[in-house]
Amino acid sequence: MSARNAILKRLRERLDGPLSAPESDFSVVTGRGWSQEERLARFERWITSVHGEVVHASHDDWTRPLAEVLADKGVRRLALGKQHPVAAEAREALADAGVELVEVDRDIEGWQQEQFERVDAGLTSTLGAIAETGSLWLWPTPDEPRLISLVPPLHIAVLDADTVEETFFDVVERHGWANGMPTNALLISGPSKTADIEQTLAYGVHGPRELVVIVRHAGTAPGEA
Amino acid sequence: MTAVKLYPPRPDKVYLFGTCLIDLFYPEAGMDAIRLLEREGIEVLFPEDQTCCGQPAYGSGYHDEARAVAAAQLDLFPEPWPIVVPSGSCGGMMRTHYPQLFAGSDLEAKAEEVAGRVFELTEFLVHVCHLDLEDRGEPEKVAMHTSCSARREMGLAETGPALLAQLGQVELVEQARAAECCGFGGTFAVRHPEVSAAMVEDKTQAIEASGAKRFVTSDCGCMMNIGGRFEKLNKPIQGEHIASYLWRRTS
Amino acid sequence: MSGQTPGVQTYTPREFHRQAHDALGNPQIRANFRKAMDGLMSKRRDSFDDWDLETLRELGANIRLRALARLPDLLEQLEANCEANGIRVHWAEDGEEACRIIREICESHGARSVIKGKSMVSEEMHLNAHLEAAGIEALESDLGEYLVQLNEQTPSHIIMPAIHLNTDEISEIMHEKTGTERTRDVDYMTAAARQQLRERFMAADVGISGVNFAVAETGTLCLVENEGNGRMTTTVPPVHIAVTGIEKVVEHLRDVPPLYALLTRSATGQHVTTYFNMISSPRKEGEHDGPKEVHLVLVDSGRSRIYQDDELLDTLRCIRCGACMNHCPVYTRVGGHTYGTTYPGPIGSILSPHLMGLEETKDLPTASSLCGACGEVCPVKIPIPDLLVRLRKESVGEGRGNVPGAGIKRTRREVAAWKGFQWLATHPGAWRSGTALAGKLRALTPAKLGAWTDYRTAPKPAGTTLHALVKRHQASKSHEPNSKSHEEER
Repeated sequence: MSARNAILKRLRERLDGPLSAPESDFSVVTGRGWSQEERLARFERWITSVHGEVVHASHDDWTRPLAEVLADKGVRRLALGKQHPVAAEAREALADAGVELVEVDRDIEGWQQEQFERVDAGLTSTLGAIAETGSLWLWPTPDEPRLISLVPPLHIAVLDADTVEETFFDVVERHGWANGMPTNALLISGPSKTADIEQTLAYGVHGPRELVVIVRHAGTAPGEA
Repeated sequence: MTAVKLYPPRPDKVYLFGTCLIDLFYPEAGMDAIRLLEREGIEVLFPEDQTCCGQPAYGSGYHDEARAVAAAQLDLFPEPWPIVVPSGSCGGMMRTHYPQLFAGSDLEAKAEEVAGRVFELTEFLVHVCHLDLEDRGEPEKVAMHTSCSARREMGLAETGPALLAQLGQVELVEQARAAECCGFGGTFAVRHPEVSAAMVEDKTQAIEASGAKRFVTSDCGCMMNIGGRFEKLNKPIQGEHIASYLWRRTS
Repeated sequence: MSGQTPGVQTYTPREFHRQAHDALGNPQIRANFRKAMDGLMSKRRDSFDDWDLETLRELGANIRLRALARLPDLLEQLEANCEANGIRVHWAEDGEEACRIIREICESHGARSVIKGKSMVSEEMHLNAHLEAAGIEALESDLGEYLVQLNEQTPSHIIMPAIHLNTDEISEIMHEKTGTERTRDVDYMTAAARQQLRERFMAADVGISGVNFAVAETGTLCLVENEGNGRMTTTVPPVHIAVTGIEKVVEHLRDVPPLYALLTRSATGQHVTTYFNMISSPRKEGEHDGPKEVHLVLVDSGRSRIYQDDELLDTLRCIRCGACMNHCPVYTRVGGHTYGTTYPGPIGSILSPHLMGLEETKDLPTASSLCGACGEVCPVKIPIPDLLVRLRKESVGEGRGNVPGAGIKRTRREVAAWKGFQWLATHPGAWRSGTALAGKLRALTPAKLGAWTDYRTAPKPAGTTLHALVKRHQASKSHEPNSKSHEEER
């Protein structure tokens, strides 16, 4: 008998008989009742508490703060997609910005060393965020592959302010994740870190050392005229 | 932790289950429990044939033997009076583990019924007697040591401190890591003596560092353990069962 | 074969007492663990501030019990959905078989080096030793695991593998094994490790990871991490092998958020980890990165046996958070290596007897004062103290015999002692006389009473028993019903 069948047989021919499966009440992980402002405020508080940075921008003018971030951080080579509106707008805005825009629509086997050693930052869109935990959620695509938010030392993520849900449970349920999962789905809640050296926090172990979230607001950004 | 009990009104009579440690080593603590209850106008019945709740055998895995001992105790409380136990460990055994020991047997219903009437002493004094104490003692600092059984099996972290808080001349100080085990654990202390010793050493140091002049507890196992360590080190801090402490200071 | 990696410091559960003795006498170990556990306990407490914790734990327990109730069906559903998405599913009855499966996948790709994300089940099966013996280098990428591997040790905690090492010790290890400077600068050491491991991610032929939750509904493998090495391990190498115990399945995607919330807070007091990585297929047509081949190895290794017994089944609820050991007064004092098992602390003591047999692990179920701190914090409400007592019962042969090695601790001497206790406690007349006699002979109490008196004074019986005092008290009351007889007796 194969291992598979032997294992399943043992599980099904249980000594103490069949088990009853209790129903679950998920109320405790949903229904927070936060306004959009409060969701965004919580998101920002959590992600900045773990060294994430948040920049507020308006939907119409977000590439200007993007260029500032790139200049501030000394980014010379930026990896980003082409098709997604975020990537397309960024490419257009940065065409003459003195930042080399790296192509990512090629199989990693052809440029792995380059990505690991000579890319300063990766820019991606996001599908939304979670207020309760300060998390971004992303489903990488051929246009914006998995590694550009992991390998370069800086990850710049663009988040639309009206896509912040209250809890992770809400994201899973409201966006119908059970209808079909992508190759890879990610929650990103800050730059890479570890506390393995005597519980002292250190950043940028394997993933990015820095995470900047550009929050796009419909209309003007908070603090702008 | 057991679920919150619905406490009965103050009864006319209770049974006292004295526990084997009190019977053999600290009988005055048992008497002081009786005195406290009688002072509240409650008649205390002490079934003569009581011996031990069976916990030592139970904790060691000798459940056949524990069951035989427990079965003998089940017969001692025929009337529906509450059963007051001056120990979190024995109280926990009877309330939590008697139903488990007899599940699926002829004695299942009886065990459940008896378990439902078991109260630890401080629990009974606070939630049933609504004790009102007048302190006649000298001012002093004491530390409360709530046993793990009282704290976690019976959910009674507050009752001991609540009683001590009523004593106007007593300053209750809290030792560091008060919720951590003292290392007694019944046979644990003799099966794993070095680990147990490390735990009681930390506990005595914490109590000493708190500035307490004495420690008070609801469990004689803990008292024997912590008090025995202090005595070995020739330290002046002594332990007292909470029944004795309360009686001494209010009579 | 013991499966111990050659050159790695060997601890075994059989030597618990000696290992505990050594640990207790090591001030560095005592200090490292005390500080670490205090920190973890307080972080956990703070992280549940805004939560109705008891309701969340109840939901967690409920989700795990539902998954276990439906386990065989869910495993089949998981397999079907994984395969439909291109993840190849393999089944292994034991660790040996799992090692062989993994090795064969590696060999079929001509793999010389493997990079590993954290996987406790791979430790359980001694996978690294098996691969090394076949000439395949297995390098740990989680920083704590990496340090432990450099130091030729095994992990001492299931979440924080290097928790037994302090900064100076780590600096020394990195200096000696990788040539870094001796320093207390944690950022420097972290940057050095980042550099060293980046090269290995790029060069690895295969990435091997564990699985935190395997979702049957969608065939999705979920991994929890802070460092990014998990994502690296499961994305960079051309082949990814995920290995998990069969009990880690959950039914629905929506079951994941509550368990994730419980896991991060119970483990390290974090409201969330840096990354939550959910993998449902290998690289698809048109995608540009990710492994082209993904395998899932489902390992039984004694779990289906635990599954048979209603009481023991609760052991399988575990989501491997480590809260139990963080709160255990015994673990805090002796550290993880003392247990000599892959899983130490309370979960280790209830699980290892099933994985290794009670003959090997007979001192573990008793290495607990039954204080209950573990059960109080378990996010899925495993009744750990009850399971410890159940294993003690099995150890002395009075259980159902559903654990290998049952009866190993039954000795004639101890049986006689407990039978004696039983007789005395069921013969009240003899009890009363016996205790009264002990009282009379109290002066003869030996000053030395075994291990007890090594550390404490011997308890002496009181002069009279409670039974006797009560009798006196009742007699005096019947003579003077209205007097303050209780005060006069003092």
